[in-house]
Amino acid sequence: MKYIPATPAEREHMLGAAGVRRVDDLFRDIPAEVRLRRPLDLPAPLADPDLLAHLRELAERNVDCDRLACFLGAGAYDHFVPSTVPHLALRPEFLTAYTPYQAEIMQGELQAIYEYQTMMCELTGMEVANASMYDGASATGEAASMAADLTKRREVIVSTAVHPEYRQVLRTYTSHLPITVRELPAIDGTTPIEAARAAITDETAALIVQSPNFFGVIEDGEALAQAAHEHGALLVVAVAEPISLGMLRPPGDYGADIVTGEGQALGNALNLGGPYLGVIATREAYVRRIPGRLVGRTVDTGGRPGYVLTLQTREQHIRRAKATSNICTNESLNALIAAVYLATLGRQGMAHVAELCARKAHYARERIRGVPGYALAFDAPTFNEFAVRCPVPPEEINRQLLEHDILGGLPLGRFYPEYRDCWLLCVTERRSKSEIDRLVDHLEGLR
Amino acid sequence: MSAPEALAFSAATGKRPIPVIFERGTPGRVGYSLPASDVPDAPLDAVIPATHRRASPAALPEVSELDVVRHYTALSHRNFSIDEGFYPLGSCTMKYNPKINEDAARQAGFARLHPYAPEETIQGALELLWELEHTMAEITGMDRVTFQPAAGAHGELTALLMINRYYEEKGERRGTVIVPDSAHGTNPASATFAGYKVIEVKSDRRGNIDLGALTSVLTPDVAALMFTNPNTLGLFEEQIVEVARAVHNVGAQLYLDGANFNAILGITRPGDQGFDVMHLNLHKTFTTPHGGGGPGAGAVAVRSHLSPFLPVPTVERDAQRFTLDYNRPKSIGRMRAFYGNFGNLVRAYTYIRSMGASGLREAAEMAVLNANYLLARLRPYFDVPYDRVCKHEFVLSGRRQRDRHHVATRDMAKRLLDYGFHAPTIYFPLIVEEAIMIEPTETESLQTLDAFVDAMQAIVREAETDPELVLSAPHETPVTRLDEVAAARKPDLRWRPARPSVSSRA
Repeated sequence: MKYIPATPAEREHMLGAAGVRRVDDLFRDIPAEVRLRRPLDLPAPLADPDLLAHLRELAERNVDCDRLACFLGAGAYDHFVPSTVPHLALRPEFLTAYTPYQAEIMQGELQAIYEYQTMMCELTGMEVANASMYDGASATGEAASMAADLTKRREVIVSTAVHPEYRQVLRTYTSHLPITVRELPAIDGTTPIEAARAAITDETAALIVQSPNFFGVIEDGEALAQAAHEHGALLVVAVAEPISLGMLRPPGDYGADIVTGEGQALGNALNLGGPYLGVIATREAYVRRIPGRLVGRTVDTGGRPGYVLTLQTREQHIRRAKATSNICTNESLNALIAAVYLATLGRQGMAHVAELCARKAHYARERIRGVPGYALAFDAPTFNEFAVRCPVPPEEINRQLLEHDILGGLPLGRFYPEYRDCWLLCVTERRSKSEIDRLVDHLEGLR
Repeated sequence: MSAPEALAFSAATGKRPIPVIFERGTPGRVGYSLPASDVPDAPLDAVIPATHRRASPAALPEVSELDVVRHYTALSHRNFSIDEGFYPLGSCTMKYNPKINEDAARQAGFARLHPYAPEETIQGALELLWELEHTMAEITGMDRVTFQPAAGAHGELTALLMINRYYEEKGERRGTVIVPDSAHGTNPASATFAGYKVIEVKSDRRGNIDLGALTSVLTPDVAALMFTNPNTLGLFEEQIVEVARAVHNVGAQLYLDGANFNAILGITRPGDQGFDVMHLNLHKTFTTPHGGGGPGAGAVAVRSHLSPFLPVPTVERDAQRFTLDYNRPKSIGRMRAFYGNFGNLVRAYTYIRSMGASGLREAAEMAVLNANYLLARLRPYFDVPYDRVCKHEFVLSGRRQRDRHHVATRDMAKRLLDYGFHAPTIYFPLIVEEAIMIEPTETESLQTLDAFVDAMQAIVREAETDPELVLSAPHETPVTRLDEVAAARKPDLRWRPARPSVSSRA
C-alpha cells in the first residue's frame, strides 16, 4: 500500500519497541463484543490506473458546464477563472497545511488571509471581515444570531427575495433558539420599503435582505437601511453574487451593519455546490461578536511585522460553551482562491468583469422581452440575473434547450409556486453574444 | 540531525517581510485578460442606473500577472504543509493527501457542475454520493449518512438539531447535553448553539469517562452524551458498552465525535458500540486536504430512528436513476445551501476506493502502531499522565521540564519549528497540564518518526543545558514569536494605505 510506508521488518521492530508481539495486542482495550469480526464489506481496492478510469467514467456521466452554455445562476455562478488561481492557490504548500496555529511557520497563509480580509472590506465597504464561513447561507444564519446578540432583541425579519435556501438555513439555525424569524413578502420582485417600515419594531434585531436579490433585482439599500435603523434594528445584506460589487454600490456605503455573502463567484469552481466561501463583514464596533477566525497584523520579538490568529477569546477552543459560534474548520482555501482571483482581476478587472456581466445580461434581457409571449417578470433594475414570464412551462423550455447544449435558467416555481411560469436567467461574462442569440432563437420557436 | 540541517524551508525564504499585495502594484497596472463587450453598446445608465453604481472602483491591488505569481509563490514558501514535512498535530490527523484525489476531483465532469443542473445531467455525481453514503454506512455501522455539513463542528450542530427534532416528535422536552472534560471545544459550543445547557463530566484515573460521575448526571432531561472514542487522550473508552447502556437507560442519545475515527477503521464500528449518531471529519480520516484551515467536509451518520430528521435533500436510487429527495416532512431543513462540500466528497470517495477494506484497516493498525512506537520512544523523556496502550495519538505532559527548568510546553513546541517539524497540539486536552498531544498517522515512515524523536530528545537536553535557547525559540523561522497581546488589544485586521507624511507632501 503506497500510502503506508512501514515494511514488515520495520513493523516487527516497532512492535518490539512498543513492547507487544502482534498488532492485535494494541487493540485489546476494545471490548470483544464490539469488535468487528469480519472485513468491511467494501468494493475491492483499485490500482491507480483503474481508479482514475473509474472516476473518469463517473465524471463523464455528467454534463458539465464546459459542454454547455450556462444561463443558470441562483446562487452559483459560472465565471471565467484565470489560470493564476489554480496554479497559485492550489499549490500544495497551501493545500496541505492545517489551520495556522503555529504562526511562525504559517506566515504565508496568515498574510494571504489578512489580505483577503482587506479585499472583502474594500468590496463590501465594511470595516472588518472574517477569515471565512462555510457558505453564504450559513453565514447569513450566523448573522441572525449575531444581530440578536448585539441588539438584545429576538426577532429577525427576512425578505422573501432572499435566496430560498438561505432562508431555509436561517430557519434551521434559529429553530431551537429564542429567535423568531418573520418573512416579509417581496412585491414585484422587490423588498417593499413601506411594508418593511411597518413590520420593523423595537423588538426587531435585524432586517435581512439580499442585493441583488434572488430575482436579480437591485434593492434600494439606502431606504432599507433607514427603515431598519429607525427602530434600532440592524440591516443585514446578503450578497450571493459578489461580482456585482465590482460595479454596484457596496452595502457599507448605504448603511449595512452586517454583510454576508457567498464568495464562490470569486474564482471558485461550481463544484456541484461546494466547497464554497462564506463571507461575513461588519462594523469595527461589532468585531468582538463576529463569528469565526480573524487574522491580525502585529510584530515579532525583533520588531518585524507578522500575522497571527487574533481575538480568539471569541472562539470555541478557548470559550467552549460561551463562544460566539461553534465554527472551527472554515473555508480558508476558498478564501485564498478569492484573494488570488481578486488580486489578478484587480481594481480595473473587477469593474470590467462586472460591467461585462451587466451589459450582456442587459442585452439578453432586452432581446428576450422582445420575443412574443415572453415578458420581464419584474420591472426593476437588475445586474446579471433577471426573471422572465414564459408562455411555456420553464421546465419544458429547459428540456428542449438542453438538447441544444444550453443549460437554461432556474424555474422559479421550484421555490415560489406563485411564479410557476417564471424563469430566472443568469448571464455572466462567459456568455458570448452568439450564445445569447442562440438562446433567443430557440425561444422564438418555443411559444 | 542538528537544527540547521532541517531548515531548508526557512533559509530559502529569508527573513525580510513580504510586502502586502496592495503595496506591490502601481496605479494603472493590470494582471487580467478579458474580452471587450461583444453586445451592442447601450448607455451605462440604461444598463445600471447611476444611483446603484459605486462611485469609484473597489481599491483592489493593481498588479501584473507576474506580480501575482511572485507574491503568492513567496507566501507559499512561508507555509508549513504535509507535503513539506512531519505534522504531528494531535486530533487533526494530518496524513498524506493523495495526489490522485486531486486529479479525480478537478475533472470538469465534477468541478464544473452547477448545483441546480437537472438531475439527468448529474447522474455520475449522484451515483458517487449514493455509493459514498452506503460505504460510510458500512464503515460506521450506521444506517444513513448526510454529507451536507461543511465541517466537523457543522456536523455536530446538524446532529444536535436532529436529536432536538427527534424528541420534539416524541413529545419530550430535554434540555441538557453532557460532554466529558476532555472533549473538543466545538462540542460544548455546538451544544450551546443548538440551545442546550451543557454539563461537563470528569475523566477517571485511567483516562476514561468517570462512569459514576456520568451516571449521577444522567437524568430524563439529558438529550445526548457527546462522546469522543478514542477520546482526546488517544485512549479507547474501555467502558463503552456500559456508557451506552447508561445513556440509553435514561432514553438519551449517544453521540460520537468521530474526529479520531482513523484509529478504529475496520476494527470496531460506532454503530456496533451503541452510538446513535456521529460525525466524521472527511478532512482527517479520509485524506481530503485541509487547505490551511478548510474546507473540510463533515458527514453525519445516524441509526434509522434518526434518519427521518436528516437535512434535505437525500440521494435516493430507483430502478432507473439517482434522484434528490426533498420530500422529507420531518427533516430539520437545511444546514447550508446545496448538498455539501462535493469536491471533498469526490476526494474521500477516491481514497476509499483506492484503499478498500483491507487498506483502511491497515491504515488504522499502522496509525496505532506508529503512535505506540513514538510513545515508547518518548516515554523516558516526558511525564505520561495516562500511561497505557494508546490508539492513534497520545498525550505527554511537559510539567517535568517546566518544574525543573522553567521551560514550558509552548517553548518546546516553538523550538521544534527550528528542527523543521510542525509542533504537536499543545495545551489540549485541558485536563492534562502542559499537554503535548502527538498524532503521527500511518503515512509517516519509521525514519521520520526516529528523526522526530531525535529532535524531541535534543530539545529536552537543551531545556536542561541551555534553557534560554528554547525559551526564545523559534530562531530560524521567517519571524520570531509574535506579540499576540498587542494583536488582540489593538486589532489590525485589514491593510490601509499609509497616510502621506508631512515630508512626503512637501
